[in-house]
Amino acid sequence: MRHAVIAAALTLLHLAPAAGFEIESESIFGDESAPRIEVLSTTDTAAFAPVLTAFVARHPGRAIRYVQASSSEIQRAVAEEGAQFDLVISSAMDMQMKLVNDGFAASVELAAPGLPAWARWRDQLWGIALEPVVTLASRSAFADLPLPVNRRELIATLRENADRFQGRIATYDPQVSGVGYFLTAQDDQVSDGFWRLAEVMGRLDARLYCCSSDMIDDLRSGDLAVVYNVVASYAARFRPDDPDLVRIAAEDYTFAIVRSAFLPAGAPDPEGGRELLLFLLSGPAQRLIAETSGVALVPGTGPAPAPQLRPIRLDAGLLVYGDRLRRAGLLAEWQAALNQR
Amino acid sequence: MRALRALVGAGQIKSLRRRLVWQFVVLSALLVAGLFVTVRWVAESASRASQDAVLGAAVTAIAEGVRSVDDGLELDLPYATFSMLGAMGDERIFYSLRVGADVVTGYEGLPPPPAPPTDLAPVFWAATHQGAQLRLAAVARPMLVDARAVPVMVTLGQTRRGQAAIARETAMGAAWVALAFLALVLPVALLAAEAVLSPVRRLAEVVARRGPRDLSPVRYPTPRELTPLLRALNGLIARLRGALDLAETFIFEAAHRIRTPLSLVRTEAELALAETSDPAARTRLRRMVRAIDDSSRSASQILDHAMVMYRSDQFEAEMLDLAALAASVLRAVEPLADLRDLRVTSAGLGRPCHLRGDQRMLEIALRNILDNAVKYARSEGTVHLALHEADRQAVLAVCDDGRGIAGDALTGRFRRGSNVEDVAGSGLGLTIVTEVAAAHRGRFSLTPRPEGGTCATLSLPLP
Amino acid sequence: MRILLVEDGEELARAVASRLALEGHGVDHAPTLADARLFLDSAPYDLILLDISLPDGDGRDFLAAERAARREVPVIMMTASASVGDRVSTLDLGADDYITKPFDFAELQARCRAVLRRRAGAADSRRHFAGFTFDALGANVTIGEETRELRARELRLLEILLSRPGQTYSKAHLIDRLFSFDEEVSDNAIEVYVGRLRRKLEGSGARIETLRGVGYRLIAE
Repeated sequence: MRHAVIAAALTLLHLAPAAGFEIESESIFGDESAPRIEVLSTTDTAAFAPVLTAFVARHPGRAIRYVQASSSEIQRAVAEEGAQFDLVISSAMDMQMKLVNDGFAASVELAAPGLPAWARWRDQLWGIALEPVVTLASRSAFADLPLPVNRRELIATLRENADRFQGRIATYDPQVSGVGYFLTAQDDQVSDGFWRLAEVMGRLDARLYCCSSDMIDDLRSGDLAVVYNVVASYAARFRPDDPDLVRIAAEDYTFAIVRSAFLPAGAPDPEGGRELLLFLLSGPAQRLIAETSGVALVPGTGPAPAPQLRPIRLDAGLLVYGDRLRRAGLLAEWQAALNQR
Repeated sequence: MRALRALVGAGQIKSLRRRLVWQFVVLSALLVAGLFVTVRWVAESASRASQDAVLGAAVTAIAEGVRSVDDGLELDLPYATFSMLGAMGDERIFYSLRVGADVVTGYEGLPPPPAPPTDLAPVFWAATHQGAQLRLAAVARPMLVDARAVPVMVTLGQTRRGQAAIARETAMGAAWVALAFLALVLPVALLAAEAVLSPVRRLAEVVARRGPRDLSPVRYPTPRELTPLLRALNGLIARLRGALDLAETFIFEAAHRIRTPLSLVRTEAELALAETSDPAARTRLRRMVRAIDDSSRSASQILDHAMVMYRSDQFEAEMLDLAALAASVLRAVEPLADLRDLRVTSAGLGRPCHLRGDQRMLEIALRNILDNAVKYARSEGTVHLALHEADRQAVLAVCDDGRGIAGDALTGRFRRGSNVEDVAGSGLGLTIVTEVAAAHRGRFSLTPRPEGGTCATLSLPLP
Repeated sequence: MRILLVEDGEELARAVASRLALEGHGVDHAPTLADARLFLDSAPYDLILLDISLPDGDGRDFLAAERAARREVPVIMMTASASVGDRVSTLDLGADDYITKPFDFAELQARCRAVLRRRAGAADSRRHFAGFTFDALGANVTIGEETRELRARELRLLEILLSRPGQTYSKAHLIDRLFSFDEEVSDNAIEVYVGRLRRKLEGSGARIETLRGVGYRLIAE
């Protein structure tokens, strides 16, 4: 078997003259000269690299150009700029759903045995990973305090130790981050308790981030003590080599978002996109993905989901989160909760 | 309609059975297609009705989530409603909230309703949006915005891919069931076609089994539908018979009319012959007499032939004694043999020989055979008639010691109207004999004798 | 022989009667069945020649009535219309024979002879001439104690010559009488039969004289 060539990841921050949308990085996997499958994804390149490497190893005649961008940029790229990609991967379920609902996805016939029915929509949007959304805590920051196991305990701990956590709690900024808004909307929908947490976070001058990596970096550096709602796959990357980082899957409920992929209508190489998608849904790829996310989407390819895990279904209900009025209302409420002083 | 009739009628198909089956298949196919269309339509209507109800409930639920707030409108788009809509077959969903003419939220450019809704009773319509076939519902309600009442319209659209698929699958299911039923029924239809046509075939067999000249009416129990055919057939037969009877009557009448004056002429000629000794006049008179004899003989044979034909039609076999019949005919011919100084001998006539046959026809046949033999026998020669039974056959042989006609001439003698050398009327006479033999399922043959002369052999089956 | 001819055609009847007279027969002609009945009542006949279709009825009915009344005069039916097949019905009615018009008088003569022969004794058929007795039905001549069989043509030749002994018959005339018209015979053929008959009549006191260039006649020595 040919040795797969991993091209050096070129970090081209804010350097994409041809494309109007902002990309975070661009990498080539596989033989430089081989025809490329263009992938646009929110997933961190490093986190996804093993899967892509495995693909090019199996398909020596194929290369992958992997472009990483934020979910809102992806939305822009696909919906407004008509960017040419063969596969679009995103964890922002609502945006993916809207793109597909609005007709930007092509139908593809795939055999995906084991893929749960709630992890796909029609033959257009395919779940490829289940990503639990967890709370990360710094063990050293908690020190003698017991680690909370659910939101009620977290609220209590934060309230009782306001000094310790003042300015050291963080979460996504729902106004900036698509994932942040989506998770806030989910929290809002599932539990009234979330708003008490939001108020506590407001009182503690919670810091709002655009991106998970920044939050994790600040958590590791000791600036932050608690990070609420982080996609586990990012956390998982650091957990093994950072004993200080604690992953808390809240026992009351822990969301799991479905990272999904679709083939854009009018893709330059639909066959390539399909091939890659088929691979992503296959057992080997699923095992690699489950290794990173810590839970299997397709049963039998990794650890079974914990009982409190609440996967968010890929269905038309997701469309409500894109609604302008609804968004405006939620964000207004978020602002009100956060601005306690 | 004409095209259908042409398709079903299948006029170019010659076989009635194939035509029946073809018609059955075509009609069945039309039936299946009709069933498919109907079931699809019914399924579509049914599912459209139920999905319209869901869509109407959803659009009403959304409309009820619109609230007036201080700075305008607030919409709490219900997740459950969308989720439920989506659950009905992964449909794409489009919605919009309009205040007056402005889209406040949701999709721009959704197709407008044919008639704007006036209240919370949903208006439904179908339209195309972004290349998708949509079923839309809209409701309207007035809202207070900035202390002014403005009309707010909520539109909700949904693709009906699932519905179409369900209707298609239901219709396909029905069509498959119909096809399977058809496959089961096809052999039955073949059998039925067979059964329907069997009286026709049996009638054909009955008609085909008849003798070539059997002109009696066909009496055969047929289904009512075939009665007109049978009646027409019997009518035709009756007319044919009438025509034949008329022809026969005509022949007899003509024979009578011609023969009476011929008799006079012949007699006068003979008298004239007796009174003249002028060789030239005598030659002419003799020629005249001979011509009269020829035509008389021809007339006889034509009548005989007509009689044989007629009797073949009405063939009614009865038990008869061929030996007695042969003896009687022999006696009638003896004077003729006497005229030629012939010796007529016979063998096998002492014992009765019973068989089934038509006495008149056999008499005609025997008379012709013997007349022939007398004609061809050598002057002062012998004609020998022998009757014996062999191989379940009565074999009657009449042998003369005449000129011995061989080869082509023999077979030629069977041809109607051909004469052997200068002997008139021999052709038809032998044709008559052959026909009588055929009517009796027997055989007739002429064979030359090695010592000269000819044997005429008539074989008739014994009962 | 005395013959009753029942025939409605006047001319034909006259011709037939003349022709039969040549054979030496006496013929009475009845144009209707009623006339025939009168003739039969008034004189005995050796033979009836009966036509089938007559103005006052069907000859077959007449025949049936005759036979029913047990009058057994031999009858030969004549017809112009029916075929050979009709013979059966007429014979069944009691006719002795059947002849189709137009007929060969030689054949008629032969049939008459056959009928009379079958009804042997109905009439005395023997004739005496010179030193022999001729039996036409028996087909022989008897000279003294010796009976000599005659063949058909010898018999007929003798019959003709004997009908008017001494009269000369030309060869042609004899040929007409002896042979059927469809036989092509030379004048010399008659000499064969004359020769044979002469041998049969040897010692009878009668002989057939040849008149050169004229014909033959039968004379007593």
